Amino acid sequence: MNEIFMITPLLIISGGILLSLIVEMFYKKSEIILPWLSIAIFISAAYYSLLTAYREGVVFNSMLAVGGLVHIFYFIFNFGAAIVVLLSIDHIKKVGIYFGEFYILMQSAVLGMMFLSGAKDLVMVFIGLEQMSVCFYILTGFNRKRSSSNEAALKYFLLGAFASGFVVYGMALIYGAVGSLSIPSVSFYLINQSPSIIFIVGLLLFIIGFSFKIAAVPFHMWVPDVYQGAPTTVTAFMSTGGKAAAFSALLVVLVPVFSNLAKNNFIPLLSVLAVITMLYGSIVAIAQIDLKRMLAYSSIAHAGYMIIGLAAGNQNGVTGIVFYLAAYTFMNLGAFGVISMVEAKDNSHVDLQSYTGLAAKYPLLAAMLTIFMFALAGIPPFAGFFGKYFVFISAIEANLTWLAIIGVISSAISAYFYLRVVVVMYFKSTDSPIDVEPSYYALLGIFISALLVLVMGLFPNSIIQLISFFVG
Amino acid sequence: MIPIEFYLVLSAFMFITGVVGVLTRKNAIIVFMSIELMLNAANLSFVTFSSFLGNNIGQLFVFFVMTVAAAESAVGLAIIIALFRNKLTINIDEINVLKW
Amino acid sequence: MIQLIYLTVLLPFAGFLINGIFGSKIKNEKIIGWIGSGAIGVSFLIVVGAFFETIALPPDQRQHIVTLFNWLSVGSLNVSIAYQVDQLSLTMALIVTGVGFIIHVYSIGYMHGDKGFWRFFAYLNLFIFAMMNLILADNFVLLFLGWEGVGLCSYLLIGFWYDRKFEKGTTGDAAKKAFIVNRIGDFGFLLGMFLIFLTFNSLNFNEVFTRANALNISTTVYSFIALFLFIGATGKSAQIPLFVWLPDAMAGPTPVSALIHAATMVTAGVYMVARCSIIFASAPAIMTVVAIIGLLTALFAATIGLVQNDIKKVLAYSTVSQLGYMFLAMGVGAFSAGIFHVMTHAFFKALLFLGAGSVIHGMHDEQNIQKYGGLKKYMPTTYKTFLVAAIAISGIPPLAGFFSKDEILWSAYANAGFIYWFIGVVTALLTAFYMFRLLNLTFEGKHRFDVHHIHPHESPKLMTIPLIVLAVLSVGGGFIGIPEIFSGEHGNNFHSWLAPIFSDAQIRLAQYGSHTHFEEILLMVISVVGAASSIYFARYIYLKNQKVAEHTASKFKRIYKILLNKYYVDEVYSNVIIQPIYKTSESLLWKITDVKLLDGLVNGTASLVELVSGKIRKIQTGVAQTYAVVMMLGIVAALFWIIYSL
Repeated sequence: MNEIFMITPLLIISGGILLSLIVEMFYKKSEIILPWLSIAIFISAAYYSLLTAYREGVVFNSMLAVGGLVHIFYFIFNFGAAIVVLLSIDHIKKVGIYFGEFYILMQSAVLGMMFLSGAKDLVMVFIGLEQMSVCFYILTGFNRKRSSSNEAALKYFLLGAFASGFVVYGMALIYGAVGSLSIPSVSFYLINQSPSIIFIVGLLLFIIGFSFKIAAVPFHMWVPDVYQGAPTTVTAFMSTGGKAAAFSALLVVLVPVFSNLAKNNFIPLLSVLAVITMLYGSIVAIAQIDLKRMLAYSSIAHAGYMIIGLAAGNQNGVTGIVFYLAAYTFMNLGAFGVISMVEAKDNSHVDLQSYTGLAAKYPLLAAMLTIFMFALAGIPPFAGFFGKYFVFISAIEANLTWLAIIGVISSAISAYFYLRVVVVMYFKSTDSPIDVEPSYYALLGIFISALLVLVMGLFPNSIIQLISFFVG
Repeated sequence: MIPIEFYLVLSAFMFITGVVGVLTRKNAIIVFMSIELMLNAANLSFVTFSSFLGNNIGQLFVFFVMTVAAAESAVGLAIIIALFRNKLTINIDEINVLKW
Repeated sequence: MIQLIYLTVLLPFAGFLINGIFGSKIKNEKIIGWIGSGAIGVSFLIVVGAFFETIALPPDQRQHIVTLFNWLSVGSLNVSIAYQVDQLSLTMALIVTGVGFIIHVYSIGYMHGDKGFWRFFAYLNLFIFAMMNLILADNFVLLFLGWEGVGLCSYLLIGFWYDRKFEKGTTGDAAKKAFIVNRIGDFGFLLGMFLIFLTFNSLNFNEVFTRANALNISTTVYSFIALFLFIGATGKSAQIPLFVWLPDAMAGPTPVSALIHAATMVTAGVYMVARCSIIFASAPAIMTVVAIIGLLTALFAATIGLVQNDIKKVLAYSTVSQLGYMFLAMGVGAFSAGIFHVMTHAFFKALLFLGAGSVIHGMHDEQNIQKYGGLKKYMPTTYKTFLVAAIAISGIPPLAGFFSKDEILWSAYANAGFIYWFIGVVTALLTAFYMFRLLNLTFEGKHRFDVHHIHPHESPKLMTIPLIVLAVLSVGGGFIGIPEIFSGEHGNNFHSWLAPIFSDAQIRLAQYGSHTHFEEILLMVISVVGAASSIYFARYIYLKNQKVAEHTASKFKRIYKILLNKYYVDEVYSNVIIQPIYKTSESLLWKITDVKLLDGLVNGTASLVELVSGKIRKIQTGVAQTYAVVMMLGIVAALFWIIYSL
C-alpha cells in the first residue's frame, strides 16, 4: 500500500495512457476531449509529484527511486507537458495534424522521462530513454504530409538509434566491469577499487550517448534540423522535457560516480565539452534567420552552460542544473509558444523578417516574446539569469573559474541574437505586418510560462532552497 | 574453452562493422540495419559477460534490448515509408532540405 | 505609510505595464496620460504620508527597512529586495515623485497629438520605477539595477523621436552617445561595488557602512573604492570628463530633459556619493578630487553656457554647472547642503525646462533664442514663471536657489578655502548672466521672428499650471533650509533633518576652524550683490545696448569661438580617443578580413562573429551521415583523450 502511494504520479500517467487509448478507440472526435484529459492527467501527476515528494525511497525491487529530487523532475516534465498541450490545441489544428494520438504520444514520452529521472538501474535508464525517444521520433514526423517533417524524423531516428547503440554498448561494458547494472552497485564498485579501463570506456560511451540527447557539441548535429522540421509545439516539448530528462539521467548516474576517483578522468573532458558547446551554440545562432533554428542553437548553448554544473560536480552544481532546467523549460516553452502562434498554416512566418513591427500590431505577444528573449539571454531579473548565475557560482567553487569566465563571454555573444528579435519587433516598422491567428489557449500557456519565468527570477532563493533541500 | 576475450573482440568487431555501415551506406534501410548490428554487438557483449560473471541480469537486458529494437524498427520503417511517399527516395544523400 | 513604501515602486511599474501593453489599443490620450500621472501622483501621496510619519518619530528611530523578500543568497552574498526609508531616501523620493508628477501632468499637454503618446508615458513610468528603486534601495545591487534602469529609460527617451534629425546626426546618435558614455561610468561603479564586496563582505548599505565605521581599513582601499564610485557618479551626473552626453541628451522631448536630465536622474550620482558619505569621508584625497572636479565642471559649463544659442543647450550646460556645485558640496563635506541644492535645483531647473518647452511649443519647435524676442506679451504665464526660476537660479534672496547655493559657497569657504569660494562666486555671476541673457533674448525686446508665419501662443492650462506650481516651489522651497544665522535657535531645519545620515561621516572628516558670523554675512552680501549686478549687466547689454554683445564677440573672436564650440571637447574626444581606436582597428583588421566588415568598431566585431558564424554553419550539411561522422570523430577524440589520460 505504501509503495502504491509513492508511485502515484507514475500510476496516474500510466493509467492515463490506457484511458486515453480507450477514449481514442471508441470516441470518434477524440482530438476534442483528449487535450483536456491530458491536461488533467499532467496536472494531477504534477500535483501528486509535489505532494509525495517528501517521501523518498526506492520501489520495484530497487529499480526506481521516488520522492525528493526525482519528483521535482516529475513536476517539471508534467507541468511543462501540460503547457505544451495548451500550446498545441490550436496549433495542430492550424498546421493540419489534428489527431488525438498526438496527446497519447506525449503522455508516453512523459512516462519515459519519468523513468529516466528516477532510474536506479541501467535497465531502467535504457527503457526510459527508448520510450521517450521512440515517442519523439513519431511526434517529429507527425506531420506526415510535409517532407520537412519526414526528413527531420528520419534524421532524428537514424542518429538517435545510432546514439542508443553507443549507450547500450557502454552499458554492456559497465556491466562487464561491475557485474551488475544497478547504480548503487556501480558506486560501490568505485569505492572499493580504481576503475578498470573497460569501465572507463563504458562510462564514456554512456556519457556520449546522453550528450547526444542533451545536444552537446559535437553530438548536436541533429538538433537544428530536427527542431526546425518538427511541428513547433513538438519542438517545444523535445527541447525542454527531452533535455531535462536526459540531464536528469546524467545526474542520476554521474553524481554517485563522481563522488570518487572517476571524477578526475572526466572533469577535463566535461569542461571542454561545455566550452565548445556553449561557444558553438552562441556563435552559430547568430547566422540563423529561422527562429526555430536559432532557438535550436540557443538550446545547444544552454546545454553547454548546464554541463558546467556537471563538470563542477558539487552540490551547488546539481542544484544549479535543476534550477536551470526548470527555468529553461519555461522560458523555452514560452518562446516556442509565441513562435507557434505566429507561424502560419503553411509553416511559414518563422523567420526573423516576419516579426518586423510585431510590437505595434500585437503588443502583448511582442511583450511576452521580449520577456522570454531577455530570460534566455540571461538578463536579470528573469529566471535565465539565475540559472546561469548558480551554475557559474558552482564552477567557481569547484576551482573552474575559467569555465565560468568563458560562460560569461558566451552569454555576452548570445545576447546579440536574442536581442535582435526584440529590436526587429520594436524598432523596425513595416507597411504590411503579418497577421496572427489568436489562440487563447496558447496565450494562456504563454502567460503561465511568462509568470513562472518572472516568479523564478524574482524569488530564486526560495526555489533554490527548495531544490537544495531535496538534493541534500 | 574459448576465452572471454574472443567473444568481446568479436562483439567489438561487430559493433565497428555496424558503425562503418552507418557512416558509409546511402540507403536508409541499410543504415538502419547497421544500427541493429550495433545493438546486437552490444547484446553479444551482454551475454558474454553474463555467462562469464555467472549472473543472468545481462541476459535479461538482452531481451529488453531486443524488444525495444523491435519497437524502434516499427517506428523507423514507418518513418522511412512516409518519407518515401513524399520524396520517392530513401537515399540519405538526397534528404538534405534542412541544413545550415 | 512607511510599510507601504514598496507601492511607490510598484505603482509606476503597473502604470508602465498598462500603458506599455494596452497603450496602443487605448486610443484616448486623456486615459493614457492620467493612468501614467495617476500612478506617480498616488506614489507621491504615499511618500508624503511616510514623510509625516517619519518626522513624527524621534531622530534616532527614523530609519526603516521594508523588506519585500530575500532575492538571492549564495555564500556570503545576500541580496534582498528591500527598501530603506530614511531621511535621505525620503527627501529624494519626495523630489522624484513630486516633480515627476508635475512633469507627467505637463507632458499630457506637451505630447498631445504625438503618435508615440502611449510609448512616452510607458517609458516615463518605467523611469520613475527605476529611479525609485535607485533611491530606495537598501543595498548596492538593487541600487545598481535602478542605476542601469534609469540609464536604459534615458536611452529610450533621448531617442524617442527616432525619425528626427538632431544636429549633425539623428536622435539615435545622441542616445547612443549617452549610452556609451554612461557605460564607462557604470564600469567604474561596478568595480567600486566589487571592491566594496571584497572589503566589507557585504553589499548591504547598513552592513557596509557600519563595518566601514567600525573596522580599521587602510585609506588606500577607501580611496580606490571612493574613486571608482565617483567615476560612476561622473558618468551619470555629467561631470568632467564624462559630461559630453548631457547636452546631446536634449534631443529627447523637453519634459524628458526636465525630468531625467535636470531634476532627477542626473542627481543620482550626487545621491550615491551622499549615501556613501562615510566611504568618501574616509578618503580625504578623493574628497578633494570630488570638490575640484565639481568646481571645474561648474565653471567650465557656465562659460560654455554664456554663448549658446539653443535654448535647451543653455539649460543643459546650466544643469552640468549646477551639478558641479552639488559635487563641490559633497567634496567639501557639506553633504546636506548638496542634497538641499539637489532639491531646489529640481524645482527651478524643472521649471526652466518646462518653461522652455512651453516656448518651443508656442514657437512651433523653434529652439534658437536668436529667433525669439518679445515673447513676454504672447505668453505671460510662461514669462513670469521663467523669470522666477531665473532669479532663483541666480541666487537672489529669498528664492530657493539663494539658500542652497549660499550654503554650498559658505561651506566651500569654511571647509576648503578662499579659492574654492571665489571660483564658486565667479560661476554664480556667470550663471546669473547667461540666465538673463536667455531670458532677455527670449521674452524681452523686439520680436525677431516672422510674425506672418509664426503665431506664438500661450500653452494650455495643463502646461501652465505645472509651471505655476513649480514657480511657487522655487520661491518658497528655500525656506525649509534657512541658515542658522537667520533662523536663530531652530538652526537649519533641513540640515538637522538630514544630520543623522551624515553624522558618522562628519566625525571622520577633519574638524575645521571656526568662522565668525560676520564673515558669513559678508560673503553672502558679496555674492548677492555680484549676482544682482550681473543680472543688471545682462539686461543692459541685451536690451539697451545690443552692440556691446556683438562688439565683445568680435573683439574676443577666438574666445567666443572656443566657447561656442564648447571648448572643442567633443572634437578632442573624437580625435584623441574615438578616431585612433577606429583607425588602428581599421588598419589592423584590414589585412585580416574583408574591408566591408569594418562599418565601425562595434559593427566590426559583430560582423566578424557573424562571418565566423556564417562559415561554421556550413558544417551542417543537411546530410545525416555527415552528422554521424562528426559524432564519430568526437567519440574517437574523447576515447583517445580518456585512454591517454589514464
